[in-house]
Amino acid sequence: MDKMTAERYARHIRLPEIGAAGQQRLLDSRVLIIGMGGLGSPVALYLAAAGVGHLALADYDRVEPSNLQRQIIHGHADIGELKTESARRSLASINPALETTCLPYEQDPTELARQVELADAVVDCSDNFPTRFLLNRMTWKAKTPLVSGAAIRWDGQLATFDAGVAGSPCYRCLYQDDGSDGANCALEGVVAPLVGVIGTMQAQETVNVLLGKPALVGRLLLFDARRMDWRSLKLGRNAGCPVCAADTPQSL
Amino acid sequence: MKIWLNGEQTNIDSELTLADLASQQNLDEVRYAIEVNEEIIPRSEHPTHTLNEGDKVEIVTAIGGG
Repeated sequence: MDKMTAERYARHIRLPEIGAAGQQRLLDSRVLIIGMGGLGSPVALYLAAAGVGHLALADYDRVEPSNLQRQIIHGHADIGELKTESARRSLASINPALETTCLPYEQDPTELARQVELADAVVDCSDNFPTRFLLNRMTWKAKTPLVSGAAIRWDGQLATFDAGVAGSPCYRCLYQDDGSDGANCALEGVVAPLVGVIGTMQAQETVNVLLGKPALVGRLLLFDARRMDWRSLKLGRNAGCPVCAADTPQSL
Repeated sequence: MKIWLNGEQTNIDSELTLADLASQQNLDEVRYAIEVNEEIIPRSEHPTHTLNEGDKVEIVTAIGGG
């Protein structure tokens, strides 16, 4: 690590839990972020600043005026721009040493599976259930940790699923892969700082994961922004889960 | 028998299972999980998990927004 790099990450290196070795681990890491919206914005900004070496950014949307109330990686001048390109520029101004891969198209399952395998962690910042269930299946198969976050209206949820941790549940243990498409932020609304709260928690947990110390495996965190109330629920594996119970012994 | 359902005290029949509760609450169209006393009860246990007096039960609804 050169002098400038050591100085940039001095406050990390000062921490006994990170140190120079931990920072090097972050610098050598690659993280796939699915969705460059409300959650993806703080996730990408913090991971770039924290010195994660390579970020792959997946989103095929363009910046719209209604995004700017909460998607803080994009600016007014970026309206009409691909979100991945707008995000790449913001990230480069924070950390020019960061490597980025932009994936500004709907990926076929083969391409997405390859990106999941390349990554040391995947952060789910997507805005729809089909993507959430697909990512769950792919990350479970590839044994890549999945840091899952979601937010709508005044409510947020957060959990980590990691096939590499004995007894970890998966997203499909928590929710059924059927039912309605569910509410979306365009129809239901979402309060701006909430996505910052949940996204920043995802960024923190991703750093924990990359350092080998995930803290949200087997737990579901719920945040209620109206009451400013966090709850932590125990989340075990579902013995009947079609994704993770099929080929893995039960131990939680 | 009294339980707490989504923060409100509610009377239920004894021997009520989580599957019964889900059907009473019309959750068919919703992606949900059921929490009892700060623990998500796995779906495969819903037909056999009976509620006890004073249980704190919350329906947790999936959110997909990002």
